[in-house]
Amino acid sequence: MIETKGLRKSFKSRQGRETKTVEAVRGVDLFVQEGEIFGFLGPNGAGKTTTLRMLATLIEPDGGEATIAGADLRKAPGEVRRRIGYVAQGGTTWDEVSAREELVLHARMYGISKAEAQRRAVRALEAFQLTEYADRKCKTYSGGQRRRVDIALGIIHEPKVIFLDEPTTGLDPQSRAHMWDEIRRLRAEGMTIFVTTHYLEEADALCDRMAIMDHGQIVAEGTPAELKREISGDVVTVGLNGSTPKAAELFDTEAYIKKLETVDDGGLRLYVDEGATAIPLILRKLDAAGIALGSIELHRPSLDDVFLEKTGRSLRES
Amino acid sequence: MKPFRDTWLIFQRQTLLILRNPVWLIIGVLQPLYFLLLFGPLLKDALQADSAAAAYRIFVPGLLVMLAMFGAMFTGFGLIAELRAGVIERSRVTPISRVALMLGRALRDVATLLFQALLITVLAIPFGLTVHLGDLLLAFLMLGLIGVMMSAASNALALKLKTEDALAPLMNGLAQPLLLLSGILLPLTGWVATVAKFNPFAWAVDASRALFAGDAGDPKVWQSLLILGVLTVAALMWAGRSFARGVR
Repeated sequence: MIETKGLRKSFKSRQGRETKTVEAVRGVDLFVQEGEIFGFLGPNGAGKTTTLRMLATLIEPDGGEATIAGADLRKAPGEVRRRIGYVAQGGTTWDEVSAREELVLHARMYGISKAEAQRRAVRALEAFQLTEYADRKCKTYSGGQRRRVDIALGIIHEPKVIFLDEPTTGLDPQSRAHMWDEIRRLRAEGMTIFVTTHYLEEADALCDRMAIMDHGQIVAEGTPAELKREISGDVVTVGLNGSTPKAAELFDTEAYIKKLETVDDGGLRLYVDEGATAIPLILRKLDAAGIALGSIELHRPSLDDVFLEKTGRSLRES
Repeated sequence: MKPFRDTWLIFQRQTLLILRNPVWLIIGVLQPLYFLLLFGPLLKDALQADSAAAAYRIFVPGLLVMLAMFGAMFTGFGLIAELRAGVIERSRVTPISRVALMLGRALRDVATLLFQALLITVLAIPFGLTVHLGDLLLAFLMLGLIGVMMSAASNALALKLKTEDALAPLMNGLAQPLLLLSGILLPLTGWVATVAKFNPFAWAVDASRALFAGDAGDPKVWQSLLILGVLTVAALMWAGRSFARGVR
Protein backbone atom coordinates (compact mmCIF):
# COMPACT_ATOMS: atom_id res chain seq x y z
CA MET A 1 0.00 0.00 0.00
CA ILE A 2 2.98 2.26 0.71
CA GLU A 3 6.37 1.66 -0.84
CA THR A 4 9.29 4.07 -0.65
CA LYS A 5 12.79 3.84 -2.04
CA GLY A 6 15.63 6.07 -0.96
CA LEU A 7 13.41 8.94 0.18
CA ARG A 8 15.56 11.93 1.10
CA LYS A 9 15.07 15.44 2.44
CA SER A 10 17.47 18.03 3.73
CA PHE A 11 16.81 21.49 5.11
CA LYS A 12 18.98 24.56 5.12
CA SER A 13 19.15 26.20 8.49
CA ARG A 14 20.81 29.51 9.17
CA GLN A 15 22.90 30.04 12.25
CA GLY A 16 24.19 33.54 12.23
CA ARG A 17 25.99 33.94 8.91
CA GLU A 18 26.59 30.29 8.22
CA THR A 19 24.05 28.17 6.42
CA LYS A 20 24.06 24.59 7.55
CA THR A 21 22.43 21.76 5.65
CA VAL A 22 20.62 19.36 7.91
CA GLU A 23 19.92 15.97 6.38
CA ALA A 24 16.61 15.23 8.04
CA VAL A 25 15.79 12.08 6.07
CA ARG A 26 18.64 10.10 4.52
CA GLY A 27 17.30 7.39 2.27
CA VAL A 28 14.22 5.73 3.69
CA ASP A 29 12.93 2.43 2.31
CA LEU A 30 9.57 1.36 3.64
CA PHE A 31 7.03 -1.25 2.72
CA VAL A 32 3.58 -1.14 4.26
CA GLN A 33 1.03 -3.80 3.45
CA GLU A 34 -2.63 -3.19 2.79
CA GLY A 35 -4.84 -3.32 5.87
CA GLU A 36 -2.13 -3.21 8.51
CA ILE A 37 -1.37 -0.81 11.31
CA PHE A 38 2.21 0.27 10.72
CA GLY A 39 4.01 1.95 13.60
CA PHE A 40 6.72 4.51 13.02
CA LEU A 41 8.94 5.10 16.03
CA GLY A 42 11.93 7.22 16.75
CA PRO A 43 13.32 9.83 19.11
CA ASN A 44 12.53 13.51 18.55
CA GLY A 45 14.39 14.85 15.55
CA ALA A 46 14.83 11.42 14.00
CA GLY A 47 13.01 12.51 10.84
CA LYS A 48 9.65 10.83 11.51
CA THR A 49 7.47 13.85 10.91
CA THR A 50 9.51 14.95 7.89
CA THR A 51 9.03 11.50 6.34
CA LEU A 52 5.34 11.61 7.13
CA ARG A 53 4.94 15.08 5.64
CA MET A 54 6.67 13.98 2.45
CA LEU A 55 4.35 10.99 2.15
CA ALA A 56 1.35 13.27 2.76
CA THR A 57 2.45 15.58 -0.12
CA LEU A 58 3.09 18.52 2.23
CA ILE A 59 6.78 18.83 1.40
CA GLU A 60 8.62 17.73 -1.68
CA PRO A 61 11.30 15.04 -1.32
CA ASP A 62 14.80 15.93 -2.55
CA GLY A 63 15.26 12.42 -3.89
CA GLY A 64 13.87 8.91 -3.94
CA GLU A 65 10.55 7.48 -4.96
CA ALA A 66 7.30 6.56 -3.29
CA THR A 67 4.11 4.90 -4.35
CA ILE A 68 1.10 5.34 -2.11
CA ALA A 69 -2.14 3.48 -2.73
CA GLY A 70 -1.04 2.97 -6.32
CA ALA A 71 -0.26 6.63 -7.04
CA ASP A 72 3.23 8.00 -7.64
CA LEU A 73 4.12 10.60 -5.04
CA ARG A 74 6.39 12.66 -7.28
CA LYS A 75 4.44 12.45 -10.53
CA ALA A 76 0.86 12.56 -9.24
CA PRO A 77 0.68 14.25 -5.83
CA GLY A 78 -2.92 15.28 -6.55
CA GLU A 79 -3.90 11.65 -6.96
CA VAL A 80 -2.07 10.74 -3.74
CA ARG A 81 -4.03 13.47 -1.92
CA ARG A 82 -7.32 11.95 -3.03
CA ARG A 83 -6.33 8.52 -1.72
CA ILE A 84 -4.81 9.38 1.64
CA GLY A 85 -5.83 11.06 4.86
CA TYR A 86 -3.40 12.88 7.14
CA VAL A 87 -3.87 13.93 10.74
CA ALA A 88 -1.19 16.32 11.95
CA GLN A 89 0.32 16.33 15.39
CA GLY A 90 -0.91 19.54 16.90
CA GLY A 91 -4.62 19.51 16.10
CA THR A 92 -6.44 20.71 13.03
CA THR A 93 -9.70 22.35 14.08
CA TRP A 94 -10.69 26.00 14.32
CA ASP A 95 -12.05 27.26 17.64
CA GLU A 96 -15.06 29.16 16.39
CA VAL A 97 -16.78 26.50 14.30
CA SER A 98 -18.45 23.22 15.18
CA ALA A 99 -17.28 19.72 14.40
CA ARG A 100 -20.14 19.31 11.93
CA GLU A 101 -19.16 22.49 10.06
CA GLU A 102 -15.52 21.37 9.90
CA LEU A 103 -16.48 17.93 8.64
CA VAL A 104 -18.79 19.26 5.93
CA LEU A 105 -16.26 21.81 4.67
CA HIS A 106 -13.42 19.31 4.74
CA ALA A 107 -15.41 16.76 2.76
CA ARG A 108 -16.28 19.45 0.22
CA MET A 109 -12.59 20.28 -0.21
CA TYR A 110 -12.36 16.82 -1.78
CA GLY A 111 -14.96 17.82 -4.35
CA ILE A 112 -17.81 16.02 -2.58
CA SER A 113 -21.26 17.61 -3.04
CA LYS A 114 -22.85 19.52 -0.19
CA ALA A 115 -25.65 16.99 0.42
CA GLU A 116 -23.26 14.05 0.40
CA ALA A 117 -20.82 15.94 2.66
CA GLN A 118 -23.62 16.50 5.18
CA ARG A 119 -24.54 12.80 5.10
CA ARG A 120 -20.93 11.81 5.65
CA ALA A 121 -20.57 14.28 8.52
CA VAL A 122 -23.56 12.69 10.27
CA ARG A 123 -22.07 9.23 9.84
CA ALA A 124 -18.62 10.32 11.03
CA LEU A 125 -20.05 12.09 14.08
CA GLU A 126 -21.90 8.92 15.02
CA ALA A 127 -18.93 6.65 14.41
CA PHE A 128 -16.70 8.78 16.63
CA GLN A 129 -19.38 9.36 19.28
CA LEU A 130 -19.46 13.08 18.72
CA THR A 131 -23.13 13.52 17.82
CA GLU A 132 -23.90 15.02 21.22
CA TYR A 133 -21.42 17.87 20.71
CA ALA A 134 -21.69 18.11 16.93
CA ASP A 135 -23.00 21.68 16.85
CA ARG A 136 -20.96 23.18 19.67
CA LYS A 137 -17.89 25.20 18.87
CA CYS A 138 -14.64 23.23 18.79
CA LYS A 139 -13.14 25.38 21.55
CA THR A 140 -15.58 23.81 24.04
CA TYR A 141 -14.35 20.25 23.40
CA SER A 142 -12.08 18.18 25.62
CA GLY A 143 -8.68 17.10 24.32
CA GLY A 144 -9.94 13.62 23.53
CA GLN A 145 -13.05 14.88 21.74
CA ARG A 146 -11.03 17.31 19.69
CA ARG A 147 -8.59 14.57 18.70
CA ARG A 148 -11.51 12.39 17.59
CA VAL A 149 -12.72 15.24 15.39
CA ASP A 150 -9.23 15.41 13.87
CA ILE A 151 -9.33 11.71 12.99
CA ALA A 152 -12.89 11.97 11.69
CA LEU A 153 -11.73 14.82 9.41
CA GLY A 154 -8.84 12.70 8.20
CA ILE A 155 -11.09 9.89 6.99
CA ILE A 156 -14.18 11.79 5.82
CA HIS A 157 -13.31 11.10 2.17
CA GLU A 158 -12.82 7.38 2.84
CA PRO A 159 -9.11 7.20 2.03
CA LYS A 160 -7.23 3.95 1.50
CA VAL A 161 -4.39 5.04 3.76
CA ILE A 162 -4.47 7.26 6.81
CA PHE A 163 -1.36 8.88 8.30
CA LEU A 164 -1.62 9.68 11.99
CA ASP A 165 1.12 11.80 13.55
CA GLU A 166 1.23 11.00 17.26
CA PRO A 167 -2.54 10.64 17.66
CA THR A 168 -2.44 9.93 21.38
CA THR A 169 0.13 12.48 22.57
CA GLY A 170 -1.32 14.56 25.35
CA LEU A 171 -4.34 12.34 25.95
CA ASP A 172 -5.22 10.85 29.32
CA PRO A 173 -5.00 7.03 29.61
CA GLN A 174 -8.73 6.54 29.12
CA SER A 175 -8.85 8.67 25.95
CA ARG A 176 -5.78 6.87 24.69
CA ALA A 177 -7.38 3.47 25.08
CA HIS A 178 -10.42 4.88 23.34
CA MET A 179 -8.23 6.13 20.48
CA TRP A 180 -6.63 2.71 20.09
CA ASP A 181 -10.09 1.20 19.68
CA GLU A 182 -10.89 3.80 17.01
CA ILE A 183 -7.68 2.98 15.13
CA ARG A 184 -8.40 -0.74 15.27
CA ARG A 185 -11.91 -0.07 14.00
CA LEU A 186 -10.45 1.76 10.99
CA ARG A 187 -8.30 -1.25 10.23
CA ALA A 188 -11.35 -3.51 10.52
CA GLU A 189 -12.99 -1.30 7.89
CA GLY A 190 -10.11 -2.09 5.54
CA MET A 191 -7.98 1.01 5.93
CA THR A 192 -4.19 0.94 6.06
CA ILE A 193 -2.90 2.94 9.01
CA PHE A 194 0.51 4.57 9.29
CA VAL A 195 0.99 5.89 12.80
CA THR A 196 3.90 7.60 14.52
CA THR A 197 4.15 7.34 18.25
CA HIS A 198 6.36 8.09 21.19
CA TYR A 199 4.92 5.33 23.30
CA LEU A 200 6.53 1.93 22.96
CA GLU A 201 3.71 0.13 24.73
CA GLU A 202 1.37 1.74 22.23
CA ALA A 203 3.35 0.43 19.26
CA ASP A 204 3.53 -2.95 20.95
CA ALA A 205 -0.19 -3.19 21.60
CA LEU A 206 -1.47 -1.55 18.46
CA CYS A 207 0.82 -2.17 15.52
CA ASP A 208 1.01 -5.16 13.22
CA ARG A 209 4.43 -4.09 12.04
CA MET A 210 6.71 -1.22 12.81
CA ALA A 211 9.88 0.58 11.86
CA ILE A 212 12.32 2.44 14.07
CA MET A 213 13.91 5.55 12.67
CA ASP A 214 17.01 7.29 13.95
CA HIS A 215 19.19 10.03 12.45
CA GLY A 216 17.12 10.04 9.27
CA GLN A 217 17.35 6.33 8.58
CA ILE A 218 15.38 3.19 9.31
CA VAL A 219 17.36 1.16 11.82
CA ALA A 220 14.91 -1.71 12.37
CA GLU A 221 11.72 -3.02 10.81
CA GLY A 222 9.43 -5.94 11.62
CA THR A 223 6.56 -7.07 13.81
CA PRO A 224 6.94 -6.04 17.45
CA ALA A 225 7.52 -9.72 18.35
CA GLU A 226 10.18 -10.13 15.64
CA LEU A 227 12.02 -7.03 16.73
CA LYS A 228 12.08 -8.11 20.31
CA ARG A 229 13.26 -11.58 19.36
CA GLU A 230 15.99 -10.12 17.22
CA ILE A 231 17.43 -8.32 20.20
CA SER A 232 17.95 -10.93 22.82
CA GLY A 233 15.26 -13.54 22.63
CA ASP A 234 13.40 -14.40 25.83
CA VAL A 235 14.85 -14.98 29.25
CA VAL A 236 13.74 -17.90 31.41
CA THR A 237 14.75 -17.60 35.05
CA VAL A 238 14.55 -20.78 37.09
CA GLY A 239 14.81 -20.79 40.85
CA LEU A 240 16.65 -23.87 42.13
CA ASN A 241 17.03 -24.85 45.73
CA GLY A 242 20.73 -25.60 46.05
CA SER A 243 21.46 -27.63 42.95
CA THR A 244 22.48 -24.79 40.70
CA PRO A 245 25.92 -26.06 39.55
CA LYS A 246 24.47 -29.42 38.60
CA ALA A 247 21.70 -27.78 36.59
CA ALA A 248 24.16 -25.44 34.90
CA GLU A 249 26.14 -28.42 33.71
CA LEU A 250 22.94 -29.97 32.45
CA PHE A 251 21.94 -27.03 30.27
CA ASP A 252 25.39 -26.14 29.06
CA THR A 253 25.18 -28.54 26.13
CA GLU A 254 21.61 -27.79 25.06
CA ALA A 255 21.43 -26.18 21.62
CA TYR A 256 18.31 -24.08 22.25
CA ILE A 257 19.98 -22.23 25.09
CA LYS A 258 22.03 -19.38 23.74
CA LYS A 259 23.50 -18.13 26.97
CA LEU A 260 23.42 -19.09 30.59
CA GLU A 261 24.00 -17.04 33.72
CA THR A 262 23.95 -17.91 37.36
CA VAL A 263 21.66 -15.81 39.50
CA ASP A 264 23.05 -14.61 42.80
CA ASP A 265 20.41 -16.05 45.07
CA GLY A 266 20.60 -19.53 43.61
CA GLY A 267 19.13 -20.17 40.23
CA LEU A 268 19.82 -19.80 36.55
CA ARG A 269 19.05 -17.28 33.87
CA LEU A 270 18.62 -19.02 30.52
CA TYR A 271 18.59 -17.01 27.28
CA VAL A 272 16.45 -18.70 24.63
CA ASP A 273 14.94 -17.77 21.28
CA GLU A 274 11.39 -18.36 22.33
CA GLY A 275 10.35 -18.85 25.91
CA ALA A 276 7.05 -20.52 25.16
CA THR A 277 8.67 -23.52 23.46
CA ALA A 278 11.77 -23.61 25.67
CA ILE A 279 9.96 -23.85 29.01
CA PRO A 280 8.55 -27.39 28.46
CA LEU A 281 12.01 -28.59 27.39
CA ILE A 282 13.62 -27.02 30.44
CA LEU A 283 11.04 -28.54 32.78
CA ARG A 284 11.41 -31.99 31.27
CA LYS A 285 15.22 -31.81 31.52
CA LEU A 286 15.14 -30.82 35.18
CA ASP A 287 12.55 -33.47 35.94
CA ALA A 288 14.57 -36.20 34.26
CA ALA A 289 17.66 -35.23 36.28
CA GLY A 290 15.63 -35.21 39.46
CA ILE A 291 16.30 -31.54 40.26
CA ALA A 292 13.56 -29.85 42.26
CA LEU A 293 12.33 -26.60 40.77
CA GLY A 294 11.54 -23.74 43.10
CA SER A 295 10.12 -21.24 40.61
CA ILE A 296 10.13 -20.38 36.94
CA GLU A 297 9.72 -17.00 35.32
CA LEU A 298 9.59 -15.85 31.71
CA HIS A 299 10.80 -12.38 30.82
CA ARG A 300 10.24 -11.03 27.32
CA PRO A 301 12.34 -8.08 26.21
CA SER A 302 10.34 -4.89 25.90
CA LEU A 303 10.41 -2.64 22.87
CA ASP A 304 12.35 -0.28 25.06
CA ASP A 305 15.19 -2.84 25.03
CA VAL A 306 14.91 -2.94 21.23
CA PHE A 307 15.00 0.79 21.02
CA LEU A 308 17.99 1.03 23.32
CA GLU A 309 19.88 -1.54 21.27
CA LYS A 310 19.05 0.06 17.89
CA THR A 311 19.49 3.74 18.69
CA GLY A 312 21.85 3.65 21.64
CA ARG A 313 19.44 5.49 23.89
CA SER A 314 16.21 4.86 25.68
CA LEU A 315 13.13 6.41 24.10
CA ARG A 316 12.20 7.97 27.42
CA GLU A 317 15.38 9.99 27.70
CA SER A 318 15.39 11.11 24.08
CA MET B 1 -14.71 25.44 -12.75
CA LYS B 2 -12.87 23.75 -9.89
CA PRO B 3 -10.78 26.76 -8.81
CA PHE B 4 -13.95 28.90 -8.73
CA ARG B 5 -15.89 26.35 -6.71
CA ASP B 6 -12.97 25.94 -4.30
CA THR B 7 -12.54 29.71 -3.94
CA TRP B 8 -16.25 30.05 -3.19
CA LEU B 9 -15.95 27.29 -0.57
CA ILE B 10 -13.15 29.08 1.28
CA PHE B 11 -14.84 32.47 0.87
CA GLN B 12 -18.08 31.11 2.39
CA ARG B 13 -16.33 29.72 5.47
CA GLN B 14 -14.28 32.89 5.98
CA THR B 15 -17.31 35.15 5.63
CA LEU B 16 -19.26 32.98 8.05
CA LEU B 17 -16.52 33.50 10.62
CA ILE B 18 -16.68 37.29 10.21
CA LEU B 19 -20.45 37.38 10.47
CA ARG B 20 -20.27 35.20 13.57
CA ASN B 21 -17.93 37.67 15.23
CA PRO B 22 -18.52 41.01 13.47
CA VAL B 23 -16.68 43.09 16.04
CA TRP B 24 -13.62 43.43 13.76
CA LEU B 25 -15.83 44.54 10.92
CA ILE B 26 -16.93 47.46 13.11
CA ILE B 27 -13.44 48.19 14.46
CA GLY B 28 -12.15 48.36 10.90
CA VAL B 29 -14.63 51.08 10.07
CA LEU B 30 -13.90 53.12 13.21
CA GLN B 31 -10.59 54.59 12.05
CA PRO B 32 -11.91 56.08 8.80
CA LEU B 33 -15.00 57.18 10.68
CA TYR B 34 -12.90 59.10 13.19
CA PHE B 35 -11.01 60.72 10.31
CA LEU B 36 -14.30 61.62 8.65
CA LEU B 37 -15.73 63.21 11.79
CA LEU B 38 -12.68 64.65 13.56
CA PHE B 39 -10.19 65.37 10.78
CA GLY B 40 -12.55 66.33 7.95
CA PRO B 41 -13.79 69.56 9.58
CA LEU B 42 -10.22 70.92 9.69
CA LEU B 43 -9.74 70.57 5.97
CA LYS B 44 -11.74 73.50 4.67
CA ASP B 45 -9.24 75.94 6.16
CA ALA B 46 -6.17 73.74 5.68
CA LEU B 47 -6.87 73.17 1.99
CA GLN B 48 -8.26 76.69 1.53
CA ALA B 49 -11.27 75.07 -0.10
CA ASP B 50 -14.30 77.09 -1.18
CA SER B 51 -16.60 75.18 1.11
CA ALA B 52 -16.63 72.30 3.62
CA ALA B 53 -18.36 70.19 0.96
CA ALA B 54 -15.53 70.80 -1.52
CA ALA B 55 -13.00 69.75 1.09
CA TYR B 56 -14.89 66.51 1.74
CA ARG B 57 -14.99 65.81 -2.01
CA ILE B 58 -11.20 65.85 -1.97
CA PHE B 59 -10.72 64.05 1.34
CA VAL B 60 -13.24 61.15 1.28
CA PRO B 61 -11.96 59.49 -1.95
CA GLY B 62 -8.50 59.32 -0.36
CA LEU B 63 -9.95 58.06 2.89
CA LEU B 64 -11.50 55.13 1.01
CA VAL B 65 -8.12 54.21 -0.43
CA MET B 66 -6.68 54.25 3.08
CA LEU B 67 -9.49 51.97 4.23
CA ALA B 68 -8.68 49.50 1.43
CA MET B 69 -4.95 49.61 2.18
CA PHE B 70 -5.17 49.02 5.90
CA GLY B 71 -8.24 46.82 5.82
CA ALA B 72 -6.37 44.06 4.01
CA MET B 73 -2.83 44.83 5.08
CA PHE B 74 -3.06 43.09 8.44
CA THR B 75 -4.91 40.01 7.24
CA GLY B 76 -1.68 37.98 7.55
CA PHE B 77 -2.13 37.90 11.32
CA GLY B 78 -5.30 35.89 10.90
CA LEU B 79 -3.47 33.49 8.64
CA ILE B 80 -0.74 32.94 11.23
CA ALA B 81 -3.43 32.01 13.75
CA GLU B 82 -4.88 29.56 11.21
CA LEU B 83 -1.42 28.12 10.56
CA ARG B 84 -0.95 27.57 14.26
CA ALA B 85 -4.32 25.85 14.58
CA GLY B 86 -3.35 23.44 11.81
CA VAL B 87 -6.24 24.53 9.58
CA ILE B 88 -4.01 25.48 6.65
CA GLU B 89 -2.06 22.25 6.72
CA ARG B 90 -5.28 20.25 6.87
CA SER B 91 -6.49 22.11 3.78
CA ARG B 92 -3.26 21.46 1.94
CA VAL B 93 -3.51 17.68 2.19
CA THR B 94 -6.79 17.83 0.28
CA PRO B 95 -6.80 18.26 -3.51
CA ILE B 96 -8.34 21.76 -3.14
CA SER B 97 -6.86 24.36 -5.48
CA ARG B 98 -3.89 26.12 -3.82
CA VAL B 99 -4.87 29.44 -5.40
CA ALA B 100 -8.37 29.06 -3.95
CA LEU B 101 -6.96 28.81 -0.42
CA MET B 102 -5.48 32.27 -0.86
CA LEU B 103 -8.05 33.86 -3.16
CA GLY B 104 -10.99 32.80 -0.96
CA ARG B 105 -9.38 34.67 1.93
CA ALA B 106 -8.47 37.69 -0.21
CA LEU B 107 -12.06 37.96 -1.43
CA ARG B 108 -13.28 37.90 2.16
CA ASP B 109 -11.09 40.94 2.77
CA VAL B 110 -12.46 42.61 -0.36
CA ALA B 111 -16.07 41.95 0.67
CA THR B 112 -15.34 43.34 4.13
CA LEU B 113 -13.67 46.50 2.90
CA LEU B 114 -16.27 47.21 0.21
CA PHE B 115 -18.97 46.97 2.86
CA GLN B 116 -16.99 49.41 5.01
CA ALA B 117 -16.31 51.69 2.05
CA LEU B 118 -20.02 51.79 1.21
CA LEU B 119 -20.77 52.70 4.82
CA ILE B 120 -18.24 55.57 4.80
CA THR B 121 -19.49 56.81 1.40
CA VAL B 122 -23.09 56.92 2.60
CA LEU B 123 -22.10 58.62 5.86
CA ALA B 124 -20.13 61.24 3.90
CA ILE B 125 -23.11 62.25 1.73
CA PRO B 126 -24.60 64.55 4.42
CA PHE B 127 -21.23 66.33 4.51
CA GLY B 128 -21.55 67.19 0.84
CA LEU B 129 -20.00 64.24 -0.98
CA THR B 130 -21.40 63.68 -4.47
CA VAL B 131 -20.65 60.93 -6.95
CA HIS B 132 -22.17 59.24 -10.01
CA LEU B 133 -22.97 55.54 -9.69
CA GLY B 134 -20.74 54.56 -12.64
CA ASP B 135 -17.77 56.45 -11.22
CA LEU B 136 -18.43 54.98 -7.78
CA LEU B 137 -18.40 51.44 -9.20
CA LEU B 138 -15.11 52.12 -10.97
CA ALA B 139 -13.67 53.53 -7.73
CA PHE B 140 -14.85 50.44 -5.84
CA LEU B 141 -13.24 48.22 -8.49
CA MET B 142 -10.00 49.97 -7.74
CA LEU B 143 -10.49 49.52 -4.00
CA GLY B 144 -11.15 45.83 -4.67
CA LEU B 145 -7.84 45.51 -6.55
CA ILE B 146 -6.03 47.18 -3.66
CA GLY B 147 -7.74 44.76 -1.29
CA VAL B 148 -6.73 41.63 -3.23
CA MET B 149 -3.19 42.92 -3.65
CA MET B 150 -2.66 43.83 0.01
CA SER B 151 -4.32 40.66 1.24
CA ALA B 152 -2.22 38.45 -1.01
CA ALA B 153 1.00 40.25 -0.11
CA SER B 154 0.19 40.18 3.59
CA ASN B 155 -0.57 36.45 3.45
CA ALA B 156 2.59 35.70 1.48
CA LEU B 157 4.66 37.58 4.08
CA ALA B 158 2.84 35.78 6.90
CA LEU B 159 3.69 32.41 5.34
CA LYS B 160 7.31 33.46 5.08
CA LEU B 161 7.71 34.95 8.55
CA LYS B 162 5.32 32.63 10.41
CA THR B 163 5.20 34.69 13.63
CA GLU B 164 3.31 37.80 14.62
CA ASP B 165 6.48 39.11 16.27
CA ALA B 166 8.18 39.34 12.91
CA LEU B 167 5.14 40.42 10.90
CA ALA B 168 3.98 43.30 13.12
CA PRO B 169 7.07 45.55 12.92
CA LEU B 170 7.38 44.94 9.19
CA MET B 171 3.75 45.86 8.52
CA ASN B 172 3.91 48.96 10.69
CA GLY B 173 7.18 49.94 9.08
CA LEU B 174 5.53 49.75 5.66
CA ALA B 175 2.18 51.26 6.59
CA GLN B 176 3.46 54.61 7.83
CA PRO B 177 5.50 55.71 4.77
CA LEU B 178 2.86 54.33 2.39
CA LEU B 179 0.23 56.44 4.13
CA LEU B 180 2.31 59.61 4.37
CA LEU B 181 3.43 59.31 0.74
CA SER B 182 -0.09 58.77 -0.58
CA GLY B 183 -1.40 62.31 -0.29
CA ILE B 184 -4.47 61.20 1.62
CA LEU B 185 -4.07 63.54 4.55
CA LEU B 186 -2.55 66.58 2.85
CA PRO B 187 -1.73 67.47 -0.77
CA LEU B 188 1.81 66.44 -1.65
CA THR B 189 4.36 69.10 -2.71
CA GLY B 190 8.06 69.43 -3.39
CA TRP B 191 10.42 66.46 -3.27
CA VAL B 192 7.90 64.42 -1.26
CA ALA B 193 5.59 64.55 -4.27
CA THR B 194 8.44 63.26 -6.46
CA VAL B 195 9.11 60.32 -4.14
CA ALA B 196 5.39 59.61 -4.01
CA LYS B 197 5.39 58.89 -7.74
CA PHE B 198 6.81 55.50 -6.77
CA ASN B 199 3.93 54.82 -4.38
CA PRO B 200 1.09 53.04 -6.23
CA PHE B 201 -1.34 54.24 -3.58
CA ALA B 202 -0.59 57.87 -4.44
CA TRP B 203 -1.76 57.05 -7.98
CA ALA B 204 -4.83 55.34 -6.56
CA VAL B 205 -5.67 58.39 -4.45
CA ASP B 206 -5.40 60.69 -7.49
CA ALA B 207 -7.58 58.35 -9.55
CA SER B 208 -10.14 58.01 -6.77
CA ARG B 209 -10.38 61.83 -6.51
CA ALA B 210 -10.81 62.13 -10.26
CA LEU B 211 -13.63 59.57 -10.20
CA PHE B 212 -15.46 61.28 -7.32
CA ALA B 213 -15.08 64.55 -9.21
CA GLY B 214 -16.93 62.90 -12.11
CA ASP B 215 -13.89 62.82 -14.37
CA ALA B 216 -13.57 59.16 -15.35
CA GLY B 217 -11.66 60.19 -18.50
CA ASP B 218 -8.72 61.54 -16.48
CA PRO B 219 -5.61 59.55 -17.60
CA LYS B 220 -4.79 59.00 -13.91
CA VAL B 221 -7.76 56.60 -13.77
CA TRP B 222 -6.59 54.11 -16.37
CA GLN B 223 -2.97 54.52 -15.32
CA SER B 224 -3.84 53.73 -11.74
CA LEU B 225 -6.00 50.75 -12.73
CA LEU B 226 -3.16 49.42 -14.87
CA ILE B 227 -0.55 49.82 -12.12
CA LEU B 228 -2.79 48.21 -9.52
CA GLY B 229 -3.82 45.44 -11.92
CA VAL B 230 -0.23 44.46 -12.63
CA LEU B 231 0.73 44.60 -8.94
CA THR B 232 -2.35 42.57 -7.99
CA VAL B 233 -1.50 39.79 -10.44
CA ALA B 234 2.10 39.77 -9.18
CA ALA B 235 0.98 39.59 -5.54
CA LEU B 236 -1.46 36.78 -6.39
CA MET B 237 1.25 34.75 -8.06
CA TRP B 238 3.62 35.31 -5.15
CA ALA B 239 1.03 34.30 -2.56
CA GLY B 240 -0.20 31.37 -4.65
CA ARG B 241 3.32 29.97 -4.80
CA SER B 242 3.72 30.46 -1.06
CA PHE B 243 0.52 28.53 -0.42
CA ALA B 244 1.69 25.72 -2.65
CA ARG B 245 5.07 25.22 -1.05
CA GLY B 246 6.03 27.63 1.70
CA VAL B 247 4.02 26.15 4.54
CA ARG B 248 5.99 24.14 7.03
